Amino acid sequence: MNYSFQFGAVFAAWPLLLEGTWKTIELSFLAMLGGLAVAIVCAWAKTGGPAPLRWLVNAYIELIRNTPFLVQLFFFFFALPAIGLRWSAHTAALTAMIVNLGAYATEIIRAGIEAIPRGQIEAGLALNLKAHEIFRYVVLKPALKAIYPALTSQFILLMLSSSVVSVISADDLTSVASNLQSQTFRSFEIYIVVAAIYLALALSFSTLFRAVYRRAFDYPDRR
Amino acid sequence: MRTFGPNDFLFILEAARWTLALSLIAFIGGAIGGLVVALSRTSDIPWLRSASAAFIQLFQGTPLLLQLFLIFFGAPVLGFDINPWVAAGVALVLNSSAFLGQIWRGCVEAIPRGQREAADALSLSYRDRMRDVILPQAVRIAVAPTVGYMVQIIKGTSLAAIIGFTEVTRAGQIINNATFQPLIVFSTVAAIYFVLCWPLSLLAAGIERRHRRVLAR
Repeated sequence: MNYSFQFGAVFAAWPLLLEGTWKTIELSFLAMLGGLAVAIVCAWAKTGGPAPLRWLVNAYIELIRNTPFLVQLFFFFFALPAIGLRWSAHTAALTAMIVNLGAYATEIIRAGIEAIPRGQIEAGLALNLKAHEIFRYVVLKPALKAIYPALTSQFILLMLSSSVVSVISADDLTSVASNLQSQTFRSFEIYIVVAAIYLALALSFSTLFRAVYRRAFDYPDRR
Repeated sequence: MRTFGPNDFLFILEAARWTLALSLIAFIGGAIGGLVVALSRTSDIPWLRSASAAFIQLFQGTPLLLQLFLIFFGAPVLGFDINPWVAAGVALVLNSSAFLGQIWRGCVEAIPRGQREAADALSLSYRDRMRDVILPQAVRIAVAPTVGYMVQIIKGTSLAAIIGFTEVTRAGQIINNATFQPLIVFSTVAAIYFVLCWPLSLLAAGIERRHRRVLAR
């Protein structure tokens, strides 16, 4: 091997890389918020809604979970504008991420709702807790505790898979890498550095999420 | 410009065999790698444990797309000749090794400690203990999540389209460039993936339900 690595051009572009990193974080957070909103509505529809609505939500979940994110992205970016919906690459990317996460998070939240045994609510009533106290301490907190690990790892998966949006030229860390690559031709060095940034992001988020879990949910339960 | 016809549909459908071939390579390679990773992760040798932990963290903590780029753009730099086939195959095998390794490690660790202690008490060697005591039990727990992970592998092969490997997604892009009918083209592409993945998803869910019933009994 007689290749000399030259990271100079990559590190010289650090303001661009920083901006790209921030855009990836922003995109993931927006998608997480939107996806959670979709998922809460769908989980409600799936556990207590009328039959046609349940059927519709199931179709949505199965359709999204059994097709690749890249194809969903192409669908939102190429197919929907062809039938008259005009939007930017960024909006198409964000919408695809929200729709994708919504399907996965619905199943997670449904599991959380079903994780609260009825006897626990009855125990709260027997202890003469008020309705809002029961909701807050007996339903909401244990439900959040039950879904927290799955939800946070889904967030990290979402952040990593968001790198695919660079394919439709939406702005994110990987698209910064592709632009730098075409300017400097240092593709190997650039992708090493960018992969390291993603790894650092994934590690920091999982450390952060674990710290929050320890502060908020660290109490013994039956499981 | 032409309209989307039966020939275009067949072109996309025929590309499905490359999606299947790539998925099969990724699964077989990933299963071999995953077994090595899972055994290293649960071994008694500290450096093997930390090396496999680092391997898993590396591949689960970076996007598959960048792993693909690193191999596709990195291999020529290191002096290897590479085409999209090899790059996609290597990236997917390494990635599935990490994920399957992590899944199977959980299955091995789910076997009660007493089983291992009993095997030790009978002075079984590591090989015999794994082959005759631990793994046969772990395999039964592992079937459902492994079938579920196959769906992830099939979906993951779509990223190979980005480095120019002609599987279903890339075939769809090619037809879309010729016909400009993205709605029908990408619906077709999505339908092919759905037909490949949905039965596996149902199978995984069915196996898991049956297991839970057996455990509850």
